[in-house]
Amino acid sequence: MTVAEIANKLGLTLKCGEDGADREVTGGYVGDLLSLVMGKAQSGNAWVTIQTNINIMAVASLTDVAMIILAEGLSPDPNTAKRSDMEGIPVYSSEKTAFDIVCELKDLV
Amino acid sequence: MSEPLMVLHYDVDGTDFTVAGEASGAVKKVLKQLGVGAEVIRKVAIAMYECEINMVIHAHGGTIDVEIRPESVRMIHKDVGPGIPDVEKAMQAGFSTASQQVRELGFGAGMGLPNMKKYTDEMKITTELGKGTIVDMTVYMK
Repeated sequence: MTVAEIANKLGLTLKCGEDGADREVTGGYVGDLLSLVMGKAQSGNAWVTIQTNINIMAVASLTDVAMIILAEGLSPDPNTAKRSDMEGIPVYSSEKTAFDIVCELKDLV
Repeated sequence: MSEPLMVLHYDVDGTDFTVAGEASGAVKKVLKQLGVGAEVIRKVAIAMYECEINMVIHAHGGTIDVEIRPESVRMIHKDVGPGIPDVEKAMQAGFSTASQQVRELGFGAGMGLPNMKKYTDEMKITTELGKGTIVDMTVYMK
């Protein structure tokens, strides 16, 4: 399933990085400690987090994740959004908790 | 050891968190262009990023020299920071001296050095209190 299809199914709001919306999503990872995410997230994953600072884009780019989903209605910082557009890695937001997002994601990837 | 195919140099700004990851991102792109395998690129990117972040958090920045050879990628990170008082302790997963502010950004989990060790084939730390630290890491192109 693609990033855009998952966003549609989960009712996510696109915040930035629209260019990457056609990419295929394979699996997911949840975490807010960036060192753990660096070591564990896999290429093509949907990454669910509550971190919004620009460092998430460096981690997303280096691990090659397909999309970032911000839980709890959070929005990316302005410089995070800028970097997301530059790299073409979409950042979405959801009002739901990380737990609820993952429960729904489980059946899609 | 053979002559490097390519030598890259980066300066890491110690005051700006927002640029951390630029050097590792650039090296990742170069390795991709050279057709290096995904797993090697991943290991290099993780180790370099962790080291870059450490240089920003603890050591006011520094320099990174990367040597790409047919058989390996070597990354030499040099800083003129405070040095590491107890390297063995610093290598323990979960041990961190990072500030609360840094932790709120998602760092300071005490996984930096353990991750570097885990994702590289060779790692050597040379450190002197008040002088600085050199972290020399190599990933083999297996």
